[in-house]
Amino acid sequence: MNTVEVKGLVKTFDGHVRARRRGRGDQVRALDGVDLAAEPGEYLVLLGPSGCGKTTLLRTIAGLEQPTEGEVLIGGNVVNGLPPRVRQIAMVFQSYALYPHKTVLDNIVFPLRAEGMAKDERDRKAKWAAELLDIQPLLRRKPRQLSGGERQRVALARALVRDPAVFLLDEPLSNLDAKMRATARDELKRFQERVGTTTIYVTHDQAEAMGLGDRIAVLEHGRVRQVGTPQEVYDDPADTFVATFIGSPPMNLVRRDGRLVGFRPEHLLPVENVPADARVRMPFQVERMEYLSGDRHVYGTVTGIGEETRVIARLPATVGTPLEAGETREFAVPAERLRFFDADGGKRAAAVPIGGSP
Amino acid sequence: MTAGSGRPKAGLADRDGFLAWVMLLPSVVYIIALVGVPFLLAIAFAFSDVTTGDPSFDFVGFGNFAEVFDDGVFWRSLRNTLFFTLVSMVLIVVFGKILANILVADFHGKWFVRFLVLLPWTTPVALSTVSWLWFLDSIFSPVDWVLRNLGLIDANVVWLGRPGTAMASVIAVQVWRLTPLAAVIVMAGLVAIPRDINEAARIDGAGFWRRMFEVTIPLTLPVIAVAGLFGAIMTFTDMTVPYVLTRGGPTHATDVLASWAYFRGIEGGDVGQGAAIALFLFPLLFAGAIAILRAVRRLEAR
Repeated sequence: MNTVEVKGLVKTFDGHVRARRRGRGDQVRALDGVDLAAEPGEYLVLLGPSGCGKTTLLRTIAGLEQPTEGEVLIGGNVVNGLPPRVRQIAMVFQSYALYPHKTVLDNIVFPLRAEGMAKDERDRKAKWAAELLDIQPLLRRKPRQLSGGERQRVALARALVRDPAVFLLDEPLSNLDAKMRATARDELKRFQERVGTTTIYVTHDQAEAMGLGDRIAVLEHGRVRQVGTPQEVYDDPADTFVATFIGSPPMNLVRRDGRLVGFRPEHLLPVENVPADARVRMPFQVERMEYLSGDRHVYGTVTGIGEETRVIARLPATVGTPLEAGETREFAVPAERLRFFDADGGKRAAAVPIGGSP
Repeated sequence: MTAGSGRPKAGLADRDGFLAWVMLLPSVVYIIALVGVPFLLAIAFAFSDVTTGDPSFDFVGFGNFAEVFDDGVFWRSLRNTLFFTLVSMVLIVVFGKILANILVADFHGKWFVRFLVLLPWTTPVALSTVSWLWFLDSIFSPVDWVLRNLGLIDANVVWLGRPGTAMASVIAVQVWRLTPLAAVIVMAGLVAIPRDINEAARIDGAGFWRRMFEVTIPLTLPVIAVAGLFGAIMTFTDMTVPYVLTRGGPTHATDVLASWAYFRGIEGGDVGQGAAIALFLFPLLFAGAIAILRAVRRLEAR
């Protein structure tokens, strides 16, 4: 049994009321037929660019939005139409949404008071959650006396005390500065491993998604493009959207007879660095280079395997080949690293042989 | 560019100190002329024997105050004022909060409801009070007609003719008139609450009333206090509604300080006594304003 499952979920938002009255209903399909399931204890990340519907999906699971079509199941029961409070979910908002007039302790026990739990019982629970998240010294403070990271932990504690069937996290790291984000990400992951609660996590940041997720669901325009482990979505993208959305810099795509040939920048290397038995060679004209945290990002044009295309190569620090802007050099990609997509539609396609081995 | 044209200089309009004065001057003049001078004049009159018939100024010390204190009507109108203000303020805040919730809600035809809600505030007081006068007329009152036809009353209530119902009517009209203002003020506070917080409370399992009393109201308390302050001040200093509706009657049952000062000082002609009565508005108003402003500041500091 899945903890959370959505079936054929569609959510449309009406445009402006007046526009609708005048008969030009400009409906926005925020979710366009989403099927997705999170297994017990799983860390499922919803990843996509802004406006792809990932937050709407999360809010629909939470019960803050009602789906236009389709079903939401939590613990095997259809919860459509049920208010958030009976859904056994806990949500951490992007802004954390702590109650500013309540102390940290009052914030944490608020959901328990709403449940009608006895006072000593809820104090015990609050203490347990505070200990788990290491915020006991803060219990008497007000939210605005806390740093961003502390607020996040308070929001987690408030979510945790309810023993929810599922945690819903809506970009909880986006309000932290870059340095805090790395630590907080690590904390989040360890926290979930300790509690073992199913978690659905929304983000637009692929580094967060790759780092946190057991599985990643890539969304675009209200549709799920691919669901898979971080390795699957990175190494075997289902279509060109996933291929170019994930990875920084993104996958290179070269057009060739109605197909797109894709390869990751880190696999495009000077020819002597690629094993000779199964490699695809291509001449690469270097335009310019960037030196980023030890790697060289080389921008240039490849010819020979398809149409002339601008691509990026990422040479690790271990590759010492001297390169100059303007020169043309022989590069190569290991043959098993090539991915093929339909030129129209962008779906994965069968491999086609590309000549030019050694 | 040549050096001959001289360095660029800051003009008058660039000087903050000068600009500040120019901008402030009109309101300073306005306040001194229309608030400061009459206030000082009122203090001066309160210690004089000026009447409408004899405008010559003779200092009489606390004579006016002694006479006013001896008059039972003054104490009655002071009690009336406090009662009128307190009850109106509470009702204005309560109804203002309810109306504000309606104003922020999303439903069909909400522009029409908003228009209706704001109507009492935009109508001139004297005009709307005159229509209320007709509404509550002793013989032709449509309110009585409805109640009669519903079988709730046998004979007309004569709203403005009995002390209790007269005070209730005055309060009702005052509340009707000031509620829209309070509603708009509270609405500004409501829309300032981040949507997330309300949603978090819904997720946390809080029902409508718990959200209302534990989240919305605490977060809007400062603006509710401001709405209450406005309601109180505008009720405390106001005499339009009692004046038009009941003229302070029956037997001073709805006389408030402002109307009693007016009846005494202007209609009765004893300007000195009128001024002495009116001065009583000031310390009470001042204390009330400071109390509520301090409450607001304490809330903000939390």
